[in-house]
Amino acid sequence: MTRPSLLKTTGLCLSQGRRDVIDNVDLELSLGEIVTIVGPNGSGKTTLLKGLIGAIDPSSGEIQRAPNLKIGYVPQKLALDATFPLTVRRFLNLPKPRTGRDIARVLAQTGASGLEKRAVQDLSGGQFQRVLLARALMDDPNLLMLDEPTTGLDQAGCAQFYKEIAALRDTTGCAVLMVSHDLHVVMAASDRVICLNGHVCCQGTPAHVAADPAYRALFGKEADGAFALYRHEHDHTHHHDHEPVGQVNAQR
Amino acid sequence: MSLLDDFFTRALVAAFGVALVAAPLGCFLIWRRMAFFGDATAHGALFGVALAIALNFPIWLGALGVALGMALIVLALSARQHSSDTVLSVLTHSALALALLMLAVLPRARLNLEGLLFGDILAVTHADLGVIWCGGLLIAGLLGLHWQGLLTVTLNPDLAKASGLAPRRYDLVLMIALSLVIAIGIEIIGALLISALLIIPAASARSFAKTPEAMAGFAAGFGVLASMAGLGLSLALDTPAGPSIVAVSAALFALAQLARLRLS
Repeated sequence: MTRPSLLKTTGLCLSQGRRDVIDNVDLELSLGEIVTIVGPNGSGKTTLLKGLIGAIDPSSGEIQRAPNLKIGYVPQKLALDATFPLTVRRFLNLPKPRTGRDIARVLAQTGASGLEKRAVQDLSGGQFQRVLLARALMDDPNLLMLDEPTTGLDQAGCAQFYKEIAALRDTTGCAVLMVSHDLHVVMAASDRVICLNGHVCCQGTPAHVAADPAYRALFGKEADGAFALYRHEHDHTHHHDHEPVGQVNAQR
Repeated sequence: MSLLDDFFTRALVAAFGVALVAAPLGCFLIWRRMAFFGDATAHGALFGVALAIALNFPIWLGALGVALGMALIVLALSARQHSSDTVLSVLTHSALALALLMLAVLPRARLNLEGLLFGDILAVTHADLGVIWCGGLLIAGLLGLHWQGLLTVTLNPDLAKASGLAPRRYDLVLMIALSLVIAIGIEIIGALLISALLIIPAASARSFAKTPEAMAGFAAGFGVLASMAGLGLSLALDTPAGPSIVAVSAALFALAQLARLRLS
């Protein structure tokens, strides 16, 4: 089954200041798939995402966007100054005013119901992440882009978060593009993994990438651990409570 | 207009005009950690004042032109990864030194350096009031029209871009508004103290506000209150008006901090 393509880059190059960060990247995203970009620090993961949302113009190459493409973007961090008073409701009203019903709907969708009146600065890391996700869902996007969405969450929190992302994909049918450094969970929760280090080192199903020498060279010991865990999960954890999220997806 | 024939009433009306728009704009400077930017731009604007005196055109126009020029240069350079703190420092002190040089060679009779540094709100004319309120309405319009976008860009420029907004445009709006505030405020409150009118009321308002709008509203209230009490103080004790307003503003800030301690 071929799914409609949402976004396609050809020979995409991006620079930050005078530094060339992304070199000749070809990638394609289709409706309904969960794709995760992994890569070491400074490998250009965030830059690539910013290029895809249009925050950085390509220095060469091109990005083709489907006419109906609607991106919901969750930034890596929001360094909100303590002097900026902002309730969750007011935050979700930026930049477009929304109805109370819409706000309640997206908060319910991300398990953050009832937070409307809380100050954004008072939220826990997990709550804030859900509010950011809720904001991204406001316009019913068909492509969700999340930059390190699980930063600051513990392992259980991460697993739960990825599970909810997978559930969102199942209910809305949107595509998901994530950046992550958490190899263990990524390996189980993605349909496709792109291993990035300025250029695309390798990509494919989690199993394919995990076995790829380029990936293993990039992540060393950590890759072995994640790979082992992945194999282990694959073989025999189907009926356990702690079954990692998205495993079924990973097997497709 | 007989009411405005009284110099004290004129001073009040002028102070309200500046305070009402300076305080909400000051909120943005605080949220974006640009308090120093406001200060530096105001100091640099003295160069515009010196130019205006030398070439015989309105002081507000000279201040506006130089403030805007400085703001745009900093905006352009910071886009190319220069540290804007450094750029600002270089620009503001260069402009200030040039201004003092020019003022030194201009004929003595034509200037009053103290008035330029600290303002002379009690000497406000009908024409000044016109300039102040027109400029104030322009600033209010600019901020009001771009309010949602300004808040989003302040929150996070990438988030704004993902929502289809151009952060540069909103940076420009803020720069224009700031230059306008400096232009209408420099004669009444002075180059040294104008940024106090931007920053202190906004800082005082923070602990009472849960939303940006509430903070802007409280800030405007604090600004107006400080203007009234400061001018009253100045009249009662025969102290200079500009510094009196800022001193009251600072006292209100201290009270606001005490109130916050009691609240929490």
